[in-house]
Amino acid sequence: MSIEQLLHDLLFDYTLRTVALGAGVLGLVSGALGSFAVLRQQSLLGDTVSHAALPGIALAFLVTGSKAPLVLVLGAALAGWLGTLLVMAMVRTTRLKTDTAFGIVLSVFFGFGLVLLTFIQKQPNSRQAGLEKFLFGQATALLQRDVVTMAAVGAVLILLVILLFKEFKLLSFDHDYGVSLGFPMRRLDFLLTSGLVVAVVLGLQTVGVVLMSAMIVAPAAAARQWTDRLGVMIVLAALLGALAGVGGAVLSSLSRHLPTGPVIVLCASGLVAISMLFAPRRGLIWNWSRRYRNRRRLTLDAVLLDLHELAVQHADREHGHPASTLRAMSAGPGGIRRSLKVLSDQGYVRETASGSGVWGLTPDGWNEAERLATTLGPKS
Amino acid sequence: MGMADPSRTWAVDVTDLTVAYQNKPVLWDVDLEVPPGVLMAIVGPNGAGKTTMIKAILNLVPQVAGRVMIYGRPYAQQRELVGYVPQRGSVDWDFPTQVLDVVLMGRYGKLGWIKRPTGADHEAAREALEKVGMSDFADRQISQLSGGQQQRVFLARALVQDADIYLMDEPFQGVDAKTERAIMNLLQSLRTAGKTVLVVHHDLQTVPEYFDWVTLLNVRRIASGPVEEVFTEEKLREAYGGRVPFRSQEAAREH
Repeated sequence: MSIEQLLHDLLFDYTLRTVALGAGVLGLVSGALGSFAVLRQQSLLGDTVSHAALPGIALAFLVTGSKAPLVLVLGAALAGWLGTLLVMAMVRTTRLKTDTAFGIVLSVFFGFGLVLLTFIQKQPNSRQAGLEKFLFGQATALLQRDVVTMAAVGAVLILLVILLFKEFKLLSFDHDYGVSLGFPMRRLDFLLTSGLVVAVVLGLQTVGVVLMSAMIVAPAAAARQWTDRLGVMIVLAALLGALAGVGGAVLSSLSRHLPTGPVIVLCASGLVAISMLFAPRRGLIWNWSRRYRNRRRLTLDAVLLDLHELAVQHADREHGHPASTLRAMSAGPGGIRRSLKVLSDQGYVRETASGSGVWGLTPDGWNEAERLATTLGPKS
Repeated sequence: MGMADPSRTWAVDVTDLTVAYQNKPVLWDVDLEVPPGVLMAIVGPNGAGKTTMIKAILNLVPQVAGRVMIYGRPYAQQRELVGYVPQRGSVDWDFPTQVLDVVLMGRYGKLGWIKRPTGADHEAAREALEKVGMSDFADRQISQLSGGQQQRVFLARALVQDADIYLMDEPFQGVDAKTERAIMNLLQSLRTAGKTVLVVHHDLQTVPEYFDWVTLLNVRRIASGPVEEVFTEEKLREAYGGRVPFRSQEAAREH
């Protein structure tokens, strides 16, 4: 399929346009809300909410007999929210740690949901078909009005984050200090967590309960790599989430056999991998190269200081010494000739006669070594 | 503000304060009266409840019993008079934010809901950073700070609150000499400005030099008053259960 064809479909093909828009909105909202979850070390919260939503979906169907998305999503929201409250209550009243409480609620609710799902599928009539699509999501079933609902709810959540940015920052950075300033931090916590529950539930139809937590965590984790400002991180996470959503929708449309939800999640994970590797300062490659440069510089400094020490022992500052002497002095493995070559390119050392293997400091080298010696102190 | 007659109104007046974690009392029936304008150290052995006392005054941990009055009125009504400097280890210093942003948090209480810090707030924050010798660090990412610098940022954040009473939890813990001096100068200037400061402190050596009042705490209140009256070997022995991690009285007099 050509690029023009793809762009044409993105604008005019009902299914692709709907799915891409829905996934984009989902990524935008979950990226923004997920930033707070990641920074508050509550990455498991998204996982717990989404898994806890499953029994809510099943019960909503059992009670109402309806498969209307709105009914099922309300059931999901209620169950996810109940699960979260349960975690908060467990942490407050027992000695269980947060991750344990998340784990318990996640598995108990999800297990119960699977039991209900199996029970529903064993029913003799055929009305029940299709509930299992919530496990991994079925983006192609999205309708335009679903997307409009998602966008409206998403807009409310984004507005909440914009208005209460300062308060949510305080909550995430220093909860106790916020209490001392007089802010009702527990209510703010409740509000932010409820926002996250809604964001998770928004994505259940598209991505499914099993993979939804990735949409909360991945864009935020990727964005954190690129910036040291909270505001920038949230905007970036929202954009990366939207990119993963639209990108995943388009990629999965290229083949009939690619499921949309998982491809979206893979796109988000790809963005995380790229960010982990290439981001300046926090990225792996940046760190590797910095470590390499540091080691290289330290080796050169050591050789320069060795020559300095030898020169101090002689009256002549530029007195030459064989490379083998320097090799014996320098701690660590070889590379002395290469170090001398680099230093001579920098104009700090010179070979007394070409090819003699006898090296001495230049006047520049002496000054540089003096400077190093005073900043580093006496060599031990 | 109830300062009409400071000789009769305590800056901080704690009565019968009892706090328990899992049924084990951490603070037992503690009374504490702090006159306005003093620098008070709160000292005691590990697990004596020093941090808990500060947190209980600020209503950060549930009280089993007790009453906290600030200038004669309940803490809940006087919250804006009290500034809090938590232990610097209590937050994640890898949080994506800058030094100035953290200091600006001290203005959030006065700003109230939704409103963002203004130019005047930024000015106050820069001024506070200057007072703690951190002007050059305003735009620095907080993860790049040393422990002492983190502590000074926390102090600057409390300063912009412009409170009358400051509660500080171990500000001297593990800081460099420069920071220790900066905190000392800050405490002096706060006292000169008539502020009241309560400091959880772990270094007994420096108590007579840095503070004018002291409270000895070990779950119960052992003693509280002016340093020269209360900070005696006998009282210390009582607080630390006989093993005083401290120099002799002779050494104490050399100060």
